[in-house]
Amino acid sequence: MAKKFKNKTLAWLDYRLPIFSVLREALVDHPTPRNLNYWWNFGSLAGIILVIMIVSGLLLSMHYVAHVDLAFDSVEHIMRDVNYGWLIRYIHSVGASMFFLIVYIHISRGLYYGSYKSPREVLWWLGIIIFLLMIAAAFLGYTLPWGQMSFWGATVITNLFSAIPLVGDSIVTWLWGGFSVDNPTLNRFYSLHFLIPFIIVGVVFLHIVALHKFGSNNPTGIDLTLKQEKIPFHPYYTIKDFFGFGVFFIIFGIFIFFLPNSLGHPVNYIPADPLVTPEHIVPEWYFLPFYAILRAIPFKLLGVLAMLGSILILFVLPWLDTCKVRSCRFRPIYKQFYWIFIFNFIVLGWVGSKVPEGHYLIISRICTAYYFVHFLIILPVLGMFEKTLPVPLNIFKNPRVKKKYK
Amino acid sequence: MIKKIFFIIFSFFFLITSLFAEEKMLLKKQNWSFEGVFGRYDNSTLQRGLQVYQEVCSACHGMKRLRFRELNDLGFTNDQIEQYAKTFEILDGPNELGEMFMRPGEPSDTFVSPYKNKEEAKATFNGAYPPDLSLLTKTMKNGPDYIYSLLTGYEENSPQDFELTDGLYYNPYHDGKVIAMPPPLYDNVIEYIDGTNASLHQLSFDIVHFLNWAAEPTLQERKSLGLKVLLFLIVLTLLLYVTMKEIWSWIEK
Repeated sequence: MAKKFKNKTLAWLDYRLPIFSVLREALVDHPTPRNLNYWWNFGSLAGIILVIMIVSGLLLSMHYVAHVDLAFDSVEHIMRDVNYGWLIRYIHSVGASMFFLIVYIHISRGLYYGSYKSPREVLWWLGIIIFLLMIAAAFLGYTLPWGQMSFWGATVITNLFSAIPLVGDSIVTWLWGGFSVDNPTLNRFYSLHFLIPFIIVGVVFLHIVALHKFGSNNPTGIDLTLKQEKIPFHPYYTIKDFFGFGVFFIIFGIFIFFLPNSLGHPVNYIPADPLVTPEHIVPEWYFLPFYAILRAIPFKLLGVLAMLGSILILFVLPWLDTCKVRSCRFRPIYKQFYWIFIFNFIVLGWVGSKVPEGHYLIISRICTAYYFVHFLIILPVLGMFEKTLPVPLNIFKNPRVKKKYK
Repeated sequence: MIKKIFFIIFSFFFLITSLFAEEKMLLKKQNWSFEGVFGRYDNSTLQRGLQVYQEVCSACHGMKRLRFRELNDLGFTNDQIEQYAKTFEILDGPNELGEMFMRPGEPSDTFVSPYKNKEEAKATFNGAYPPDLSLLTKTMKNGPDYIYSLLTGYEENSPQDFELTDGLYYNPYHDGKVIAMPPPLYDNVIEYIDGTNASLHQLSFDIVHFLNWAAEPTLQERKSLGLKVLLFLIVLTLLLYVTMKEIWSWIEK
């Protein structure tokens, strides 16, 4: 903030309202580790897709009607009659999938390089809160087109609350605003779906404040103390992020223009019918691993708790992982368990899309058990016994980085 | 070591996947002109499809999301569309006297459904109502191939061990292999205006083409815009890449 602005008007305004110096601090001067790899692009990617979702969602809301008799028709009206309505809607529906894809990669990067460890625990918590809010927003949004899967998905998920002892059924009635998923439910889901993204923006802001307190973690996971180890955010990481945006937009575009419905469920093009239950009620792909955990456990309440626990356990991850070394690069054994964990998560997603019977049920139970074993047993124990590789004092001593920076 | 373990796990994974793969009728895959990156609809096929819908399907199935004016896409002129719309009677009103009245159709009207509502349709067909066709091909995986297979897949004689309830028809492509809809198409069920030979294949092919257009009338616009957008993005991304390399070279000395 030491630098004055050359433009006098700007300097005058900034002296009284320091938004320009704050922005410059955050987006221009911010000292950033010089060895960040492409996996560090996904934070800003998540930010840009959040903006895209809010803008496209706002445009959709100008034509959408939240009423059980009109919702489906209004979505088709957007698809057929509104100028470029099909584009706006496909951006929004494909965008939801892209948002989750990006955030899953972002979280995986944090897990691999130990970005959750001290002193970044609160940064990590805020990230999980964003993830939870995203789940809520995505679920509520999927209800709005009022297709078959919208209706039955809403019915199944809201019914989960009936597992709460004593007050469960009252809570479900309260959530529905009636005795079944109906117009009041759709209306409140629409209100909340509109609200949550702005809460996410708020938490993202806190996420960035927490990030800038200690700066980004880096692939070596060590604390950077030398001045030469850092470079200003602009232009180095602005241009790198822009390149990342370009690559992402190409992938996003392929889905929007050529495979817009490949990530969704075709049954949702049938208007909601409370009298006809679809053959399989399946959530969108990004919820499948958690859906598998829910259905792996025969008791409803325990299943709900396990599903919630599978995400909430991330809050205590900084203390479950007892190893002081952050990055997987210097943890040869954890690295292997990391990839097994990722594989296990993908298998969970795969069984989540199947009917929970026979072999599928057995696989889902093994994978659910392993998911929790990873956090509750493997991580704490590994921290005590794993022999980590020697950690370099600075990024220049790391041979893999040295090659790049001579 | 870890790679070997992964290899074993993965092969095991795919083995069970293939073992559990459900036994399903293979669809009769057709070569649709609207598929692929350069996909486009074919006007003469669409026009024949409209004729099939008009003369066969529309007896039982509605298409309420389609407006007459959209037939522009099929290559009809505005005059032709106006003439065509006029042949339909539309319920309108209320007028100043508070009464509903019938008037001839206009291009901005939607297609007229054969039934006032789902309940009437259900009552007519013992509960099995004919669905509205506006979005049909989008409501299932491989919609066009599935509908084509279904239309051409009726078998007169069901297998001997198969008990067929009266009023139902044997069709191996449908769920449970029975369907309430009698075979709607057969050779020369209608005579094409353009003189094309109305074989079962041709009729089914044309109607599916038309149905897919009805479900996704913006497909052509979407794909051609997509090509331009992607081309632009690829060039932009290449430029960004070169710029990035240049900027990062400043610190690598």
